[in-house]
Amino acid sequence: MAKRVGMEVALAVAEAVGQCNIDMAAVYPITPQSHIGEHLSDLVADGKIDAEFVTVESEHSAISAIIGASGTGARVYTATSSQGLMLMHEILPIASAMRLPLVMGIANRAVSGPLNILNDHSDIMPQRDCGWISLFVENGQEAIDLSIQAFKIAEHKEVNLPVCVNIDGFQLTHMVEPVEFPDQELVDKFLPARVPFATLHPSKPVTMGAFSMADYFTEIMKAKDEALKNSKKTILAVWAEWAKMFGRTYKPVETYKAEGAEILLLTMGSMSETAELAIDELRAKGLAVGLVKLRLWRPFPFAEIKEVLLSAKKVLVTDRAVSFGGPGGPVCSEIKAALYNEKDRPTIYNCIIGLGGRDVTVADFASMIKKVAEEEANKNADTYEFWGVRE
Amino acid sequence: MNIVENFDLFAPRLINKKELLSSGHRACQGCGEVLAVRLMCKALGENTVIASATGCMEIISSMYPTTAWELPWIHVAFENAAAVASGVEAGLKALRRKGKIADRDIKVVGMAGDGGTMDIGMQALSGAMERGHNMLFVCFDNEAYMNTGIQRSSGTPMGASTTTAPAGKVSMGQKTWKKNMAEIMVAHNVPYVATACPSYPLDFIRKVEKAKKVKGPSYIHCFSVCPTGWRCPSDQAVSLGRLAVETGIFPLFEVENGKYKLSSEMPKKLTPIKNYFKSQGRYRHLGEDEINMIQGGVDREYRKLLNKVQCLAAWD
Repeated sequence: MAKRVGMEVALAVAEAVGQCNIDMAAVYPITPQSHIGEHLSDLVADGKIDAEFVTVESEHSAISAIIGASGTGARVYTATSSQGLMLMHEILPIASAMRLPLVMGIANRAVSGPLNILNDHSDIMPQRDCGWISLFVENGQEAIDLSIQAFKIAEHKEVNLPVCVNIDGFQLTHMVEPVEFPDQELVDKFLPARVPFATLHPSKPVTMGAFSMADYFTEIMKAKDEALKNSKKTILAVWAEWAKMFGRTYKPVETYKAEGAEILLLTMGSMSETAELAIDELRAKGLAVGLVKLRLWRPFPFAEIKEVLLSAKKVLVTDRAVSFGGPGGPVCSEIKAALYNEKDRPTIYNCIIGLGGRDVTVADFASMIKKVAEEEANKNADTYEFWGVRE
Repeated sequence: MNIVENFDLFAPRLINKKELLSSGHRACQGCGEVLAVRLMCKALGENTVIASATGCMEIISSMYPTTAWELPWIHVAFENAAAVASGVEAGLKALRRKGKIADRDIKVVGMAGDGGTMDIGMQALSGAMERGHNMLFVCFDNEAYMNTGIQRSSGTPMGASTTTAPAGKVSMGQKTWKKNMAEIMVAHNVPYVATACPSYPLDFIRKVEKAKKVKGPSYIHCFSVCPTGWRCPSDQAVSLGRLAVETGIFPLFEVENGKYKLSSEMPKKLTPIKNYFKSQGRYRHLGEDEINMIQGGVDREYRKLLNKVQCLAAWD
């Protein structure tokens, strides 16, 4: 029977990855990811997992090396944050075009300018269009579960795409939380050995990463888009299997007290737990408010988002990144796009919150929602606000 | 009998007949680089995986949906061939240890041009060599960014005219000395470093075979004549490669476990570099003073190399 333990989430992620019979990992140090890489190297050094741990000289080489290893048929992992993810950026769309099932943990951290090591989502948002499956977790348990599920999703024969698991830096990676590791026997049953489509081996030479001009490029891009969209089917199937085996359910879009809510707050990642407390508080005061938590960022769950948001009058989307000179936050853009064709759509509000590790409290969420509730003339609809900014 | 002069007679007996880089690729007429790659593949044999950087050799050989490669081959980007190769090596090592693939010796080889090795790929290469992966890295040095249109690199020699360091009224073209990449690799303490040129095919093949046997990192810097970029007739790739060696502007040597050895192809007396410059358009603008200045640099570098060979021989 799985035991409940208290553990720092970054270490728990490494333990979970260690349960997945990985063959190779390449990780470069960066705060707040480093504890994942350190603990993974501990597991290798102690012989607890049989894998090559490649101490690369940069994140660019980390992603490049795991692509090479994945090409041989190995099960591979890397993890990074912020500047490291930005350095990998060039290689991310190549990995998805090569249809390699990489798994990457991201300890989300603000992107520099000015340098900041704390949490927001400005590192993952620029990677949005790279063709990766992108998942967000809310707590340590989810970080464990999704890190394991990620391999199964990525390696599924109808997916063959890289997957990243977004784990808020510090706010989540450095918290000691009660977590439960699935039994190894069950993990082995859930996650059988990878069956690669093709491998780099002299027994059957293949060419990987070919050159393509205008005659085939569009077709390859469409194939990638379709692969990503189709992956939702597999993601749902993997979550159904997980629920059956381990009793914890996952959905692309999750809700908290959303039934009958006139105002819905939308969050991603670890802030959702704080937001739940605000919802409790406001519900107790008689306000019809609820929470929507977006777990699946890519492929974007259009149908599920519509299903939960259309019943509300107002939706307050929170973003932890800015699309500078654009429409506000990237999540809000997506939500608006999802609802555009609906006749009776809710009014959308957008708050930019929690940048560079700034605390967002229960009181903040409550005030944000109250402000939206009191705005009868819809004056601030379709605008965005840097919540709590000092002018 | 001189083996190189009688190459046709000896080649069938000395060189692997199997073509692992097939014909029909899109390299320019008279390309010295693709000749070198073909010879390298023959020397490596079938138990090889190649990780290639972006560049001439990548685009001429892998135009989707065709491929010239009879070896397992992967290309990811420009600057990361060594990192990809190190990952391939680590992946194969783990899979072999865990019994997931057949227990078979496979040599992993990274390859790139001078830009992909000495400029943008330098960090990834330095990292891979320092980590001690069991891999060979070969730089096919044609002394500029030929694939993008003959822009200068740190491998471009002093005085050569390129499209970003052109000769002009107040410029002699490249104003810097060529980066000595082989010495940088020697400084990484890798067990085997060599320079080579496909104009000396047997020497090149022997060096690749030697590097293949090394259990650890090895590096070969292969001089590759580019008629298109050097503005020379396309039937001169082989003869120009030989002149580069005979003039000492590109000396052939190996460093085995720190021990320097001049290759037997090196002449006792060097030919003046002006003989080498003559047929190349990239040097056409150079006057006598400039050629003398470059000759001085070539002599200085060659003397440094000879000193290393002799001093280390004396130390033994």
